Amino acid sequence: MDALTHISILHYIVLAAALFILGVVGVLTRRNVVVILMSIELILNAVNLNLVAFSRYWQAMHGPPALHGQVFAIFVITDAAAEAAVGLGILIAFFRNKETVNMDEVNLMKW
Amino acid sequence: MNPPVATTFFFYLLAAIMLIGGVFVITRKNAVHSALALIATLLAQAGIYLMLYAPFVAGVQIILYAGGIMVLFLFVIMLISIERSLKERMLNRQWVVGGLAALALGALFISVYVKGKNLFPTPKVPVFETNNTQTVGNLLYGQYMFPFEIASLLLLVAIIGAVVMAKKRI
Repeated sequence: MDALTHISILHYIVLAAALFILGVVGVLTRRNVVVILMSIELILNAVNLNLVAFSRYWQAMHGPPALHGQVFAIFVITDAAAEAAVGLGILIAFFRNKETVNMDEVNLMKW
Repeated sequence: MNPPVATTFFFYLLAAIMLIGGVFVITRKNAVHSALALIATLLAQAGIYLMLYAPFVAGVQIILYAGGIMVLFLFVIMLISIERSLKERMLNRQWVVGGLAALALGALFISVYVKGKNLFPTPKVPVFETNNTQTVGNLLYGQYMFPFEIASLLLLVAIIGAVVMAKKRI
């Protein structure tokens, strides 16, 4: 009972793992490129949740404020913004050429 | 010292919102619905950040993710035609293999959890409320100065790349 009522770091890790799995399922099974990019955002958010939870755990274990995990989470958010901008730019360019947003019709460079 | 009861309630509430939103993201056929579910997930995650005493990351999450990146997503969804994709099938041809691979990854996570759940002892030091934003700023402009500059360069390259990709003629 104590494991359910007292929120420890394991709860956050399990939540992040579940979110990561959801993102992986989305990337591997969907056809729409927009949804695949959103699933990648889910994966990055799961990693962010882990980073912030471990930052909190480090503070609780060692006392003084050490917020390196939160700084890394901010860097990951920056990367996610760059990835979304470039990915959606590529998507618009592809849609202009092929009139589709389906992943399995991206075969211009395949022979 | 007993932890407050509301913490448990809010954790499960926010976790449920996050997971249901995540399931909606990958199961809705309409990309607009997926984007709205993803916004709910991101906002609930900002609440989780607040529970972890990370108010600056929570603010960045709301402003940058829910406010910036998701607007970009919705903008692109409006640019491409969604009527056609509503009539097509949703999953790709190798969805069985993909689902099996994700299932194997889930089994790996569960085995890691069963093996390593006792690796985290309960912390003894009580965590005090610190001046979070000030500490994060000092770290970003002090110890992490070089990665910070690299991140700004990365954003510049991303801006140029997005313009080059999306523009019809350079």
